[in-house]
Amino acid sequence: MNAPKEAVIKMYAPREEIYPREVKGRYATLRWACVWLTQLLFYGLPWIQYNGRQAVLFDLGARKFHLFGLVLWPQDFIYLAGLLIVCAYGLFLVTTVAGRIWCGYACPQTVYTELFLWIERRIEGARSARIRLDRQPWNGEKIGKKTAKHAAWMALALWTGFSFVGYFTPIESLLAGVRHLDLGPWEAFWVLFYGLATYGNAGWLREQVCKYMCPYARFQSAMFDKDTLVVTYDRARGEPRRPGARQAGDKLGDCIDCTLCVQVCPTGIDIRRGLQYECIGCAACIDACDTVMDKVDKPKGLIRYATENALARGWDAAQVKRRLLRPRVLGYAAVLALMVAGMSTSLALRVPLKVDVIRDRGSMGREVEDGRIENVYRLQLMNTSEEPRLLRIAVAGLPGAAIVDEEVVEIGGVATRALPVRVRAEGPGKGGSHRIEFTVTALDDASVAVREEAAFIVPH
Amino acid sequence: MSDFTSGFWNWYIALITVLSIAGCGILLWAQSTHKAKIGPDGQPEKTTGHVWDEDLTELNTPMPRWWMVLFYMTIVFAVGYLVLYPGLGSYAGKLGWNSGGEYKAELKKADADFGPLFARYAGQPIEAVAADPQARAIGERMFMNYCAQCHGSDARGNKGFPNLTDGDWLHGGDPATIKKTILAGRIGQMPPMGAALGSDKDVEAVAHYVRNLSGLTADPIQVAFGKPKFAACVACHGVEGKGNQMLGAPNLSDKVWLYGGSAETVMETIRKGRTNTMPAFGEFLGDAKVHVLAAYVWSLSNPTVDKRVAAK
Repeated sequence: MNAPKEAVIKMYAPREEIYPREVKGRYATLRWACVWLTQLLFYGLPWIQYNGRQAVLFDLGARKFHLFGLVLWPQDFIYLAGLLIVCAYGLFLVTTVAGRIWCGYACPQTVYTELFLWIERRIEGARSARIRLDRQPWNGEKIGKKTAKHAAWMALALWTGFSFVGYFTPIESLLAGVRHLDLGPWEAFWVLFYGLATYGNAGWLREQVCKYMCPYARFQSAMFDKDTLVVTYDRARGEPRRPGARQAGDKLGDCIDCTLCVQVCPTGIDIRRGLQYECIGCAACIDACDTVMDKVDKPKGLIRYATENALARGWDAAQVKRRLLRPRVLGYAAVLALMVAGMSTSLALRVPLKVDVIRDRGSMGREVEDGRIENVYRLQLMNTSEEPRLLRIAVAGLPGAAIVDEEVVEIGGVATRALPVRVRAEGPGKGGSHRIEFTVTALDDASVAVREEAAFIVPH
Repeated sequence: MSDFTSGFWNWYIALITVLSIAGCGILLWAQSTHKAKIGPDGQPEKTTGHVWDEDLTELNTPMPRWWMVLFYMTIVFAVGYLVLYPGLGSYAGKLGWNSGGEYKAELKKADADFGPLFARYAGQPIEAVAADPQARAIGERMFMNYCAQCHGSDARGNKGFPNLTDGDWLHGGDPATIKKTILAGRIGQMPPMGAALGSDKDVEAVAHYVRNLSGLTADPIQVAFGKPKFAACVACHGVEGKGNQMLGAPNLSDKVWLYGGSAETVMETIRKGRTNTMPAFGEFLGDAKVHVLAAYVWSLSNPTVDKRVAAK
């Protein structure tokens, strides 16, 4: 009998549940520090008050974006673009230097997974207990633990959704709405939406997000080079691996094949197989391996942050550090510094007044009693500071150009005002379109001034 | 779909849509298994069997099952959508939704929201509405939308479009007449008078006389010559040239000129006549809105009412 030449295989696979073992160590501490830092910031920021209002509030309805003393308008959208460029180059820079440390320490997916795992461990127990629980048939204990876990997850997820919406709706009134169960339909929708997203991503999908959905995970590998620090297993030192005690004269490596590095991995990979795309650079395996190396009296660092070149050429830490100042890193750092400097300068010099001049579209110039020519404009004045202001409007650019109505107008704090303005100039002169210039200046501060060009039309 | 005289394109679109969805389903199902060669180790090979550049092979890594389920869910969604909403040719969908109906529903909602406000103003005399700052702000916004194109956003008009702030009215400036003007529109017509007056010299003389009526520089001889000729104009503009609001004939003795007061322009007006139209807004805006709009326009030339409403 011949063996079959072909086999039908399935092109999809059920997810294999990963039960990451809890790990303690340098990098775990660092990650928890990041969790605390980012989450205190995220959950806490909406509660801070400043100048009698919420300090950070993105008021989409009023199209005003409050950041402490700064009020950004949709016209300031360029700053968002700038911020995103800064973020992108920040990511490029740290990725080139030390791989996916954003993924491992600060990414919300990692942070919330860490929080959800913490809850899971408190309720269902350690890795082995969780595996046992999942394999045992449904009984009172299992139902109780699973219910408790999902309830706790949902509570945290809903609080996250609530906090997120609190950046867009004043959180105090949002809280009152939750208390009295009268949230607006959209508020309720977004709280539940972000709550569900948190619950689903951090509770159920976890590493699947990094492996199959996240685009950054894909293009970050393009920023790696041979001098990038990545979580690496020192194959030369570890192999051949074998469990058990070492005798003098054994030609065995330091790896005792305890598989702890695999058990702690949140993406379920074996780092000893080399750099893999699933690795989020969380360094849990480093912590686990260091603990084991301590126990078997071997030096730490069988798994460590190392570069490809360092391993191949046996460089020490100082030599690796020297490679930090390579052109790629310096280039990213220079662009990043340039962007940050440009953004800060632009923000610092930002004039808290915006003016749009809109000429009446339907009309050419009109001739008034004394033969002068009159054009009508609507000035869209936007006071982006929080104090009311008196503004002086002036016009120049044509002989005898002057404003007919009052030249000083008042505008409230963080307010817009549409002002019809009539401009007269000596007529008739040359027919056609002439360039004039409006200058709007705050009476109390001459540095708050905006010039805007406009067309003045003289009929032929 | 009423543009088409035959049902062909309906069927064409429906067929393509249904075939595409079914095709996606079949493709998914067909691609979810794969016949792999058995390798030398007795296990199915892990590569697709494609080889590039001598030794470059492609790993055949299965995708997660939930991802496949997502694909099937999009098909379920598509079928559900096409049953409920219009999408398959001219089939209207079980829910009977269409964008025209949605527009009508939004209009109805806006009418229900703002109707009571306008109804309250409609019950008040126009003078009282004009004294209400909120009503004036509403009126100003409507003016910006519907009137500013011709009359300018400061309502001071343009050549051929009257200034609404100067208290000089072609058809009358009392609130009821303003409202009537907006509701029903106006047609202003000045017939060409060149032939009736005679030669160009006669036209020029009348122009001098007309300019003299409003105190503009004019040749006294021409004025004297033009005075009897002006008899052709008195039927509408009156003996003293004060105009007639019943006919919409402008007052020629003030300093307000609809088309311009230079001698050439006045002569052109006399020779060729003028025709002017103010469109009717009654049907479009309805009586209640026009009521508020009329109050705003009236307030512009009424000194007892603050003219400039700060637009927030």
